[in-house]
Amino acid sequence: MPYIPHTPEEVREMLESIGVSSVEELFADIPQTLRPASFDLPPGMTEMAVRARLEALAAKNRIDFISFLGAGFYDHYVPAAVDALVMRGEFYTAYTPYQAEASQGTLQAIFEFQTAVCRLFGMDVANASVYDGGTAIYEALMMAVRHTKRRKALICGTVSPIYRTMLATFTEKLGLSLTTVPHVRGLTDFAAFEAALDSECAAVVVASPNFFGSIQDYTALFAKAKSLGALSITSAYPVMQSVLATPRSMGADICVAEGQSLGLPLSFGGPYLGIMTCVKELVRQMPGRIAGRTTDGNGRTGYVLTLQAREQHIRRQKATSNICSNQALCALRVLIHLCLLGDEGLRRQALHSMEKAHYAARRLSAIPGVRLLNDAPFANEFTILLPGTALESCSNLMRWQYIPGFPLTRYYPELDNALVVCCTEKHRTSDIDTLADMIGALQ
Amino acid sequence: MIPGDLKYTTSHEWVRIEGGTAVVGITDFAQEQLGDITFVDLPAVGTNLTQGKELGSIESVKAASDLYSPVTGEVVAVNDDLASAPELINQEPYARGWLVKVKITAAPANLLSAGDYEAVATSDH
Repeated sequence: MPYIPHTPEEVREMLESIGVSSVEELFADIPQTLRPASFDLPPGMTEMAVRARLEALAAKNRIDFISFLGAGFYDHYVPAAVDALVMRGEFYTAYTPYQAEASQGTLQAIFEFQTAVCRLFGMDVANASVYDGGTAIYEALMMAVRHTKRRKALICGTVSPIYRTMLATFTEKLGLSLTTVPHVRGLTDFAAFEAALDSECAAVVVASPNFFGSIQDYTALFAKAKSLGALSITSAYPVMQSVLATPRSMGADICVAEGQSLGLPLSFGGPYLGIMTCVKELVRQMPGRIAGRTTDGNGRTGYVLTLQAREQHIRRQKATSNICSNQALCALRVLIHLCLLGDEGLRRQALHSMEKAHYAARRLSAIPGVRLLNDAPFANEFTILLPGTALESCSNLMRWQYIPGFPLTRYYPELDNALVVCCTEKHRTSDIDTLADMIGALQ
Repeated sequence: MIPGDLKYTTSHEWVRIEGGTAVVGITDFAQEQLGDITFVDLPAVGTNLTQGKELGSIESVKAASDLYSPVTGEVVAVNDDLASAPELINQEPYARGWLVKVKITAAPANLLSAGDYEAVATSDH
């Protein structure tokens, strides 16, 4: 079935109705020099040919490797019911319907998603989500800048380098001063952090667990930040929040996360989900949509978008953000996933992943010449130092269809022998044994 | 309702100058235009304000607007009651709905009399 939005007759009627003689005349204001000479489009293809072409492209993706990659994105098991439920016609749409009188189901789902992620992080308020974890951390930083009316921020060198690159890019023209406090062996350097903190600082930004997999207690740092009027922002790995001390319990004001690990497939990079939560006092700085629960004129429960005065359709250029949409379908997946696993299931998923990772760390660090980057506690991810470069080990093992981990060289050139290794409940013990045997054989 | 003993701005703030201190609020006309007020964002005590520049913002069920300072000076008091009861602005815009008190550091210029403001409010209708 060809998709033709307007028939020639409809085009003629529309042009006639606005008093223009041709499509060319409609676009007359666009100078010829700004128009493409050609769109260089190939001729049309049949559905069958398109399908064959896309399948051939998809076949180039190798999804059969045993992978120990993590570094912010995690291959956790997703129950089959998530796919089945999310594809129901009532939900499966490319855009978010917000009109309260026609969208109660969607708004209720978003409200419940907000409730679930608030409970996970111990926070008061969540928004309906943003695009991804990097966008969320940027928006959190801007919340702090607006709230404190300060222009400086300290970012820990253990925060994902991908997110730090995004922060630098997004803020490049905003006149902010972002300082990265260097890590020490994959850990936050608290002395350096506290020395750099002052009363001009809008925020401190850390990760839990951090990019190297290490777990640290930020309570003292957050208390120091608070005493100087700065906000504390944590970027968290949501699955692990079921077993770790929550950001709130350490004193964080804003907690954000990449939500992929909660029921979204890795899919070579997206679509993902930015989770944003904060304490009640900051709700008016929150960007994006927030669904709320209320009662209608007859006292019945209903769901609506709330606190909309923050948003650009009301506040125009002074809105908290240009974000006016969310990742509704991804947020729905996360909600369904969390409901299916429940408190207990999520905790078991986290603990299984941790057991596998701790087994892997024992096996790998027993290999002569291999050691752990630091002795801090870790969850399901840790960094090892190899005798040779990590990139070399990766390319060797990839010939055997094993990806041993994430080499840090690209973002931390001084750590060219460091590999971040991640396990989830999906790894078999035999996969880990084979990995250890192969790395041992490389030496 | 436009009390004769106050001064006004074209952006619908009122000011009562008592000695060196100015009490600032929004007019009855402004609160009526905004509708039910849900939140007001005010500066902290000690903030320096400049006449005609932003003082804070106010949100109602149908709009969000900036507030502008009618005077230049330092904020010496903020109406804390508005945090839990922003509807005071709707109910008593010239009394319990006041916003801030400002210690004036420069003589305000071009404030409107009640009569002049009535003309502004009428033309904004």
